[in-house]
Amino acid sequence: MTRRLMTVLSMVTMMVLVGGPAFACGGLVNPNGSVSLVKTTTLAAYADGVEHYVTSFEFAGGGAEFGSIVPLPGIPSKVVRAGDWTLQRLVQEVQPPILFKAARTSAGAAEDSAQVILETRIDALDITILKGGGDEVGVWAKDNGFALTPDAPEILDYYASRSPIFMAARFDPAAAEELGQSLGDGTPIHLVIPTPQPWVPLRILTLGLGEDARVDADVFLLTETKPSLLPAPDKAMRLDRSEAASDFLLSDLRSDKGMKWLPANMWLSYLKLDGPVGEFNHDLAIDASGVGRPSPVAAGLRLPLKLPQLPPTQSSLAWPWAIAAGLGFFLFKASTAVLDR
Amino acid sequence: MTQRVLVAALVMVLAGVGCGLTEKATPFAMTINHSSFGMGEMKFEAGDIVRFTVTNADPIDHELIIGDQRVQDLHEKGTEAEHGSVPGEISIPAGETRTTVYKFDEAGTLFFACHLPGHFAYGMHGDIIVKEIA
Repeated sequence: MTRRLMTVLSMVTMMVLVGGPAFACGGLVNPNGSVSLVKTTTLAAYADGVEHYVTSFEFAGGGAEFGSIVPLPGIPSKVVRAGDWTLQRLVQEVQPPILFKAARTSAGAAEDSAQVILETRIDALDITILKGGGDEVGVWAKDNGFALTPDAPEILDYYASRSPIFMAARFDPAAAEELGQSLGDGTPIHLVIPTPQPWVPLRILTLGLGEDARVDADVFLLTETKPSLLPAPDKAMRLDRSEAASDFLLSDLRSDKGMKWLPANMWLSYLKLDGPVGEFNHDLAIDASGVGRPSPVAAGLRLPLKLPQLPPTQSSLAWPWAIAAGLGFFLFKASTAVLDR
Repeated sequence: MTQRVLVAALVMVLAGVGCGLTEKATPFAMTINHSSFGMGEMKFEAGDIVRFTVTNADPIDHELIIGDQRVQDLHEKGTEAEHGSVPGEISIPAGETRTTVYKFDEAGTLFFACHLPGHFAYGMHGDIIVKEIA
């Protein structure tokens, strides 16, 4: 009990004292607003055929809104506020913080538009889950005030050909002010996504970046066995950690809000993404089944033979699920850093 | 009274020229997809009158600006949101089709481009080679 308390206290202390690293798994789609997106923090977890997606959005300030689009491998059954330290604890696992180093700066759509499956607000974030082709999602985004960058049509089509499900997130500065949120505060989001084939969206990290920009991201995977990855790790996607997750890490993660479902034994993989935009024209497919054959379609290296068949949506509260037997689980967090020309 | 007659005559002459241009124009179709014109170069002959029909298959707006380097520089720095009244300059909203008629008076090199923010840098531009009449 004392150990648990100390762990939580140390993590809370870390969150207050240490500036978190930059994470992102969504593409910034409103670059012209007066709010500049500092970072988008995202994690996903996969167990028993259900993906648990944890994303945190942070912003720099201003009076306008910003938006972010995240492609998803399936339709989420639940979108709720996530726990407060899961992301930070994973970072701590691979990058032990220096506590004294620095103080934290501060803690109506068109007919041919996408189908809105779910709308919810979490703190000051308006979350919309969309189903549709690249053009439909693009039209929805345009109609809803998102300023899409010129690479957006191709990237949206790229994802829609495999999974026509997207999450659009937009921060409402007025709501943040009412909630007393400070600049740089993050809002963690937890999505529960039944899917037989998880993948990590990497190409979306390049959305809105020039060809001379670089992607700087971290990806965590936790699987029941050592996973097979496609593409295989290389210089731009370096496998920095591959080991059995410690009981200490899993216990810490399990103690966060909404994380009790974590299995007992996991294999931890940590990938460091660091390379030019051109190196990330694919996603990351994970085969955690032990068969050792990650899908080239899930990796975005090959188009599917036919469009994915998703269950029909009847209402935002009643979704049918086809949940395949899950064999693994993964968590990831990712970040982007733009280096202007 | 004389002034009114002159103005009316001038309007009729200009309208006639415009109609003439449109009637003589050679059709040229373009489709913008994934923020690409689908071509990096066009070739015409001096004196050609071309009716550009541009379809924007993207969910985002685009534009087609035809002209020399001065025109392109002007539009890259400019803030004019809508085009359509000047020959060779059209805005094409997402999913729509627009036309413009342009006369290539002299031999030389012109350019075509989209100057919405970030679009030129993304690669939405190309050359127009205008040759002497064979």
